[in-house]
Amino acid sequence: MIREWGAYTLFVLRSLGQMGVFLARVITCGLTPPLKVAWIVRQIWFIGFQSTLVIFLTGAFTGMVLGLQGFYTLNRFGSAALLGPMVALSLIRELGPVLSALMVTGRAGSAMTAEIGIMRSSEQIDAIELMGLNPHRYLVVPRLVAGVIALPLLTSIFDVVGILGGYLMGVKLLSLGRGTYFGEMVNHIDMEDILVGIYKSLFFGLIITWVCSYKGYHAGSGAEGVSKATTQAVVLSSVLVLFWDYIVTSFFF
Amino acid sequence: MIQIEDLHRSFDGVQVLKGVTCEIRKGEILALIGGSGSGKSVILKHVSGLLRPDRGRVLIDGTDITSLRRAELEQMRSRFGFLFQSGALFSSLNVFDNVAFPLREKTKLEEAKIREKVISVLDQVGLKEAEQKYPAQLSGGMIKRTALARALVRTPEIMFFDEPTTGLDPVIAHTILDLIQSLHRRLLFTGIIVTHELARVFGIVERVALLYEGMIRFIGTPTEIMASQDVVVQQFMSGAKGPVKLY
Repeated sequence: MIREWGAYTLFVLRSLGQMGVFLARVITCGLTPPLKVAWIVRQIWFIGFQSTLVIFLTGAFTGMVLGLQGFYTLNRFGSAALLGPMVALSLIRELGPVLSALMVTGRAGSAMTAEIGIMRSSEQIDAIELMGLNPHRYLVVPRLVAGVIALPLLTSIFDVVGILGGYLMGVKLLSLGRGTYFGEMVNHIDMEDILVGIYKSLFFGLIITWVCSYKGYHAGSGAEGVSKATTQAVVLSSVLVLFWDYIVTSFFF
Repeated sequence: MIQIEDLHRSFDGVQVLKGVTCEIRKGEILALIGGSGSGKSVILKHVSGLLRPDRGRVLIDGTDITSLRRAELEQMRSRFGFLFQSGALFSSLNVFDNVAFPLREKTKLEEAKIREKVISVLDQVGLKEAEQKYPAQLSGGMIKRTALARALVRTPEIMFFDEPTTGLDPVIAHTILDLIQSLHRRLLFTGIIVTHELARVFGIVERVALLYEGMIRFIGTPTEIMASQDVVVQQFMSGAKGPVKLY
């Protein structure tokens, strides 16, 4: 029993070490020229642009639920006028970055792991190495840079759409004044709130692309190896996003 | 010249290579034969620097590639060409871009010059008309020929062929081996072919090495291996029952 736990602990520590070394290598590679700009643009298009629809829908429904639920709760305490700040604060500081990250993990992160994993098992990564090239420069750095650029942008879209969703429910459906909704929002939202959301989404972009690329890069062979790596990537990315969200939130609390 | 010295390697506690030692002379092609799972591809991956041994060395013109740092290894690999068993073509690129990839990324040639070289090498492997096709649209033989074109486009000094004819029908397999032979005559590369196609490959290689139980059991010319009295060699050549373990 003790031996099993010891072996498991060693396995976890070794995996963490390997992930750390992987990230350090990728960052070192990213800081040395040449940077593959065309590859980065392609990844921004894939991670960012192609995720806009799902982010739009998630943001809209989250904002609408917040509008309904927030109005119901605040109205009980006679504070329905604060619906705007409640919706905006919840979205900007917390739900926008986290839900965007989780949606991107599901849509782009899983595809990232599967693509790199298939490249690994079909020896395409070995082929790049044998051309005297560094596979990190072509496969991981562009994804990491694209993730760090795309996530804050997607989060911003999520926030704006969510606020409009809350507006639809609070103002159009429940007859709260438009001026009250936006006016109170302006009064209660600081630049720091917006920055917290941006910082979070920057980290989440890094976490998702790092974990998903790592898992794909070290995927086992065949369909089973790739599917296992994809599942692990999605689960680990999601857990790390939530864990890091707690760390950043407690830091800026 | 390639020297493999006392190569040991194990995977998950299973010892695959138990002291492989052999030498490939400059300009010759060596066929590496042996049973399935005997470690032939593992040797190829060690010689090309994709894997590091537990013990032993691989010397290429006197340089031990097992101890090279990443940048030095990348430099060394500029001299290599590798034909993978699966072809390992990039699925997102068409035939032309697959072959042009190492030139675009590893040289400073102008696009016009790259085009000229790629078309020339595609012509040599008989794929000039297929330059716009994607790997998913190619047959097994076309994939192998595209991969061969990509491996040869930078005129490597050392070529590795990992089962170049596996999975191909006899006619296409013959064409691929003829192609390797004619390109070898023209480019004079040093090569290692991992294969099971004994009869056909013996016509294009200078020497043959038989890997058995993690070590080189026999090395010699095709004529010598055919005449060998070693029971393991004889069994392997004839395919009959004998002392060779099945995996």
